[in-house]
Amino acid sequence: MTSPSPAAVKAEDFRSETKPDWCPSCGNFGVLNAVEKACAALGLANKDVLCVSGIGCSSNLPGFLKAYGLHGIHGRALPLATGAKLANPALTVIAVGGDGDGYGIGMGHFIHAMRRNLNLTYLVMNNEIYGLTTGQASPTTMKGTMTKSTPEGCIENPINPIALALAAGASFVARAFCGDIAHMASLVTQAIEHKGFSLVDCLSPCVTFNKVNTYPWFRQRVYKLEDSGHDASNFSAAMTRAMESPGRFPIGVFYRSSGIRAYEDLDSTLSRGTTPAAAKLSLSGKASEAIKESFR
Amino acid sequence: MSGIAEAGTKAASFRLWIGGAAGDGIAAAGQSYIKACARSGLQVYAYNSYESVIRGGHVLFMAEAGTQKPCLQSSSCDILIALNQETIDREGPRAGKGVLFNSDRLRVDSSRLQSGARALGLPCGQLAQNPLMQNSAALGAAAFLAGLDMDVLAELLRETFKKKTTAVIEGNILAARAGHGYAVAHFGDSAVPVSGDGKRRMVLSGNEAMAFGAVAAGCKFFSAYPMTPASSIMHWLAPRAAAYSMVFKQTEDEIAAINMAIGASVAGVRAMTATSGGGFALMTEGLGLSGMIEAPLVVVEVQRGGPSTGLPTRSEQGDLFQILGASQGDYPKIILAPTGVEDAFYTMGEAFNLAERFQLPVVVLSDLILAEHRETVDDLNAALPIDRGVWAQNSGSGQDGFKRYAVTSNGVSPRAAPGQAGFIHVAASDEHDEEGRLISDVHPDPAMRKAMMDKRMRKLDSAAEALRPEVLEGPADADLTLVSWGSSCGAARHVMRCLNEGRKTRVNFLPIRNLHPFRSEEVLAILKRAKRVMAIEENYTAQLCRLIRMETGFDIVRRWLKYDGDPFDPEASVRRAEEALHD
Repeated sequence: MTSPSPAAVKAEDFRSETKPDWCPSCGNFGVLNAVEKACAALGLANKDVLCVSGIGCSSNLPGFLKAYGLHGIHGRALPLATGAKLANPALTVIAVGGDGDGYGIGMGHFIHAMRRNLNLTYLVMNNEIYGLTTGQASPTTMKGTMTKSTPEGCIENPINPIALALAAGASFVARAFCGDIAHMASLVTQAIEHKGFSLVDCLSPCVTFNKVNTYPWFRQRVYKLEDSGHDASNFSAAMTRAMESPGRFPIGVFYRSSGIRAYEDLDSTLSRGTTPAAAKLSLSGKASEAIKESFR
Repeated sequence: MSGIAEAGTKAASFRLWIGGAAGDGIAAAGQSYIKACARSGLQVYAYNSYESVIRGGHVLFMAEAGTQKPCLQSSSCDILIALNQETIDREGPRAGKGVLFNSDRLRVDSSRLQSGARALGLPCGQLAQNPLMQNSAALGAAAFLAGLDMDVLAELLRETFKKKTTAVIEGNILAARAGHGYAVAHFGDSAVPVSGDGKRRMVLSGNEAMAFGAVAAGCKFFSAYPMTPASSIMHWLAPRAAAYSMVFKQTEDEIAAINMAIGASVAGVRAMTATSGGGFALMTEGLGLSGMIEAPLVVVEVQRGGPSTGLPTRSEQGDLFQILGASQGDYPKIILAPTGVEDAFYTMGEAFNLAERFQLPVVVLSDLILAEHRETVDDLNAALPIDRGVWAQNSGSGQDGFKRYAVTSNGVSPRAAPGQAGFIHVAASDEHDEEGRLISDVHPDPAMRKAMMDKRMRKLDSAAEALRPEVLEGPADADLTLVSWGSSCGAARHVMRCLNEGRKTRVNFLPIRNLHPFRSEEVLAILKRAKRVMAIEENYTAQLCRLIRMETGFDIVRRWLKYDGDPFDPEASVRRAEEALHD
């Protein structure tokens, strides 16, 4: 199948007939919108996109995108996406989910997926709260924030996903804000284009359960890295910018490495150009005889 | 010295044990020896009892080779090769013919050996250029005692050491020939020569049979986290995966292992993971995901002693109810337990077909003894039938609306994988409608929920029909019917063979291969015809008996259970069956 040309593909072509069930003005609408725009900008064919998620409000996103979807279990979006990509590297695989899903229960997979550097795109809708379960503290909840599970204020330090991603070896690290969809769409486009693991931490306000980290709150704190002379090829500079939060939230590309080879270029099977999904199943007589002889 | 035993006095089998410390090279020596037996037309059963340490723990390799394939490890040996003093002290009294040892550094007190058994000291310093080659000298001597052709052993040593220098290869062969020559000159009285039928056989472990079975079945994705005793599946597949267009992925944990396999399955390939009981506990939520989104999946669970870390290098069959109850909610799954090495190979082929035909998880339940013991197999038909089930055909409309979970009479809905035009859908772990849209929270639909549950569970009806029938082994009528599963089938077959000697029909045997769905009517009919029934299994609570009672109402009251980690003792098993015949 040939892919349609970019000009022919519109963002609406990626919009499912199923309407999102998010609260009105939820930040996740912005991410959905940005994904549609990015897929259209890259001229992707719907059938070749697989959107994989875990569980949470944001993990419902695959149901609202016109693409193949895999809506998995809590915290496991990245292993599911990894398996799909390894089985069929021709697919564009986009993993999505929330901060609880990715930085909480799924943290182990998050770190390993980044050091592995498989060509996946991971969009984390970070609202600093557990929304679907009606408002408990999440791994990114700021210290002191009162939630249903932290009635006297959160006493744990929040995770810094950008700094973690840099330390774990992610080859593309960015942050976007749902209040600026055009900018977010550009970042998602670059993330998909990047050959290797790409993280976009998406600041996505929860308008129902998080009355602290609101759109106006973020607007006062975000600034664009590209407007501030940041060099995204400089790892140390990226780390310095990553440590600015929570006081300020730089958005844009923190770090982009072209020097780290993607997993599929190193894997002994995929580097031969093999597509497991297209491979013949049965063994040749010669191959099976060779195996049998090895046991004799 | 009388030299080689006279013609006409050939033994039916030769039992060789090799004991020493972990790190002494026992596994490699044992593998060379049993391959030499298998190439010489003998049937072999070998079990390596080891401890989970890299160096130092007691290791005992037990092999029996003969004209008829043994069903389990022997409880005594003809010849013991003792590589350290501990082995001489612990195992020496169980050798019927003699103890081979390095007389340069070990001592055997002949008064502690059985009458008729000899201390067979090998002056390894003279026989081998290098102390590291003492195993080869001992193997050469053992080859003579078993009546094996020294050239066959030399050929195997050449293969075993093929990655070493020529000096190492030739040194080992010279040591083996010297050991052989020394034995010819000095140990003729202790020889127990057996002669084979000339057929050159394969010899493989249960794990190797499963790994080969997966490749022959077209498995293209294997993800796993290391765990004894499942890891040797990984060790066999990892270096070979690329040659068979398979991706092997070692994962950060078992949760990732099962979810990666599910992701690969959704992308359209045959996918598998393998683990032991502890790792499987972490996989359970994923197993339910596979059931819910109807993603075909094969999970190999190789049991070891539990609970918790339990007995990492010892066998048990204590995980049946863990598998039966794995994951929340009701969903269809299939559980198969191969009853031997050859069966393990073919069961893998069947598992992948069942997984795809019925779009559900299939657990292949093995155990440490089945996984790790090696036995000869005459041949395997690797041209396995491959049935990928029902797929959405032709190009779809390109619009939303593909009914991935269409309600059908047998519950199986045509599948489609990403990349296929016209069949876009979401595979969702929440309850969903026929098109995969969520009906869990915002748009509840009790009628659709019921239809989806009924559809998924209905698949088990046809799956039960599709399973290989359970077949009674041995005489149709017998005084005692044994029932067993997994590697314990070896003990049952041994008991049947011993008690039916001389064409008697005292015992027959029902191996249960299909644990879920259970072929209740078939099993109940066999059990109702039986005069006396005894179950043999390796766990505390008689899990197979509990399953049979649950599925058929039939209560097996005679039980031969073991949970100390060691394999069943052949003689004790026969004695227990004799008791059952007369109770």
